[in-house]
Amino acid sequence: MAGAFQERYRPGDSRIHRLDPRIKTVTALLLILGIVLTPEHAWPAYPLIWALLGSMAEIGGIRAWRLGRMAALVLPFTLAAVALPFTMPGRTVFEILGLAASDTGLARFGAVVLKSWLSAQAALLLTTTTPFTDLLWALSSLRVPPTLVTILGFTYRYLHTLKEEAERLIRARDSRSGTLPGQKSGGSLWWRAQVAGAMIGNLFIRSYERSERVYLAMRARGYTGEMKGFSRAAPTINAMLSGALPVLVLVLIEVIAVILWSS
Amino acid sequence: MFVSHLAMHIPDGFLSVPVSLFGWALAIGLIAIALGQTKKVLGERQVPLMGILAAFIFAAQMINFPVAGGTSGHLIGGMLAAILLGPWGAVLVMTSVVALQALLFQDGGLLVLGFNIFNMGIVSAFAGYGVYSLLGKVTGHSRAGNLFNAAVGAWVSVEAAAVAVTLQLVVSGTSPLSVAFPAMVGVHALIGIGEALITVGALAFIQQARPDLVGRPNQMAKRGAGWIAVGLVIALVIVGFSPLADPNPDGLERVAEDQGFIDTAQGSSYEILPDYTVPFIEDSALTTIAAGVIGVLIVAGIGYSVGRLNHRNDQQMEHM
Repeated sequence: MAGAFQERYRPGDSRIHRLDPRIKTVTALLLILGIVLTPEHAWPAYPLIWALLGSMAEIGGIRAWRLGRMAALVLPFTLAAVALPFTMPGRTVFEILGLAASDTGLARFGAVVLKSWLSAQAALLLTTTTPFTDLLWALSSLRVPPTLVTILGFTYRYLHTLKEEAERLIRARDSRSGTLPGQKSGGSLWWRAQVAGAMIGNLFIRSYERSERVYLAMRARGYTGEMKGFSRAAPTINAMLSGALPVLVLVLIEVIAVILWSS
Repeated sequence: MFVSHLAMHIPDGFLSVPVSLFGWALAIGLIAIALGQTKKVLGERQVPLMGILAAFIFAAQMINFPVAGGTSGHLIGGMLAAILLGPWGAVLVMTSVVALQALLFQDGGLLVLGFNIFNMGIVSAFAGYGVYSLLGKVTGHSRAGNLFNAAVGAWVSVEAAAVAVTLQLVVSGTSPLSVAFPAMVGVHALIGIGEALITVGALAFIQQARPDLVGRPNQMAKRGAGWIAVGLVIALVIVGFSPLADPNPDGLERVAEDQGFIDTAQGSSYEILPDYTVPFIEDSALTTIAAGVIGVLIVAGIGYSVGRLNHRNDQQMEHM
């Protein structure tokens, strides 16, 4: 699970890093929307979109192929769509184990895989170039309820604290669980689950009590239920134009795709 | 479990745009209610408590236990959060967990985040908590009874979320119902057992160490008096989806038709809603929806009256 807490953000000073986080968030969402709306059979559109995202990655100081490889983390989910070629009606392309794969099914499957891979790249472009606190601030200025944003901020603040608390519990379990080579270790499945459950119960109580201490400390410093932050100026025209550029390129690709390749 | 991570967090591209936007509308409405409800109970403690407990769920998901053949189980957490914080509190905590998974670690997409929050936060919390509290009315609140109900609730919470994911994939046309449904429900039946075991373990520990956090009919849960309504809404939405899902009949019937033995099938001797349709409505999609709605209402009615009956018994006991 070590990789599970690996944040995506990579510090840098590129044009994309410096862009207003509000603009970046909106641009990323629009790009994903555009990618998902691509007509299914518009095959030439996919490499064009990839080129767009790849060149943005290079501007942001990430190698295009690295971004593509990072985005491959969505590929295991394609298992959910793998039955499509064999269940959609259409002309049979090939047969495996007596199952016929249809052309329409294969096309749908290919489009889903490509779209999710490209969308993941657009999202990664946002998260690798934006510190999480900036992202939260962008969310709050995009009308996400301020209480929810503050809760997200708290979760982020205590994520690593509680992760280390959990690691201490796991280390303690490991040191209690000595085994002899060749001997069967541990009890039944029920017993193992109860041990893990008790550790989680323990962690819950520690977290709950920590939240009380944190709350009292906040009260002592004058917290009244509202978080205060600095307001920032409206985004500049320049920033808006930089954010709009990739969206316009994508719109152009989509328009061509609809006119030329969608049939 | 490793598999559950893959199967539950839908990436972008797998849901169509209208479906994704519908998910956002559902999630935004319900999160707004959850914010209001928890604020009423917790006041200014809301932010630190919800925030830190969401971080707790993250950390708790790291604590795994070996199952068999190199696989290991870990907590998903919707049910545990719902028991400890009430369903609305659980909705907020799980929303925070799922949103952070998407924004920090790219677990699940951004455009589909609405439905990811809905599935893992709202459906699992309410389905699990609904079962847990309905059973609680039958078994009472003994320690063992609580643990048993929590186990059943945890299993249901995982299955309900899996069913919701399946329906969204099917409606978007990215997964055929006849394959996705049995696969998802089957895999999550196993994952649900792991969730049940570990939820019971955690709850047993907390009951022992801090009975005040579980034992009392807790304040947060009382606030959720409207949970029955919300549970119903969720069930109705899922029902509403089902007939639009796939024009093909379900797997078993399809096989039966292909093999030509559908004629030999016999109806049960009594049918309130034959073939899940209401006889006097013509349009087939509409009748399936109507039948589903009636079914949900009947089940809810039974649940409610059982609850009322038990409640009255409790009151009589108090007067004696």
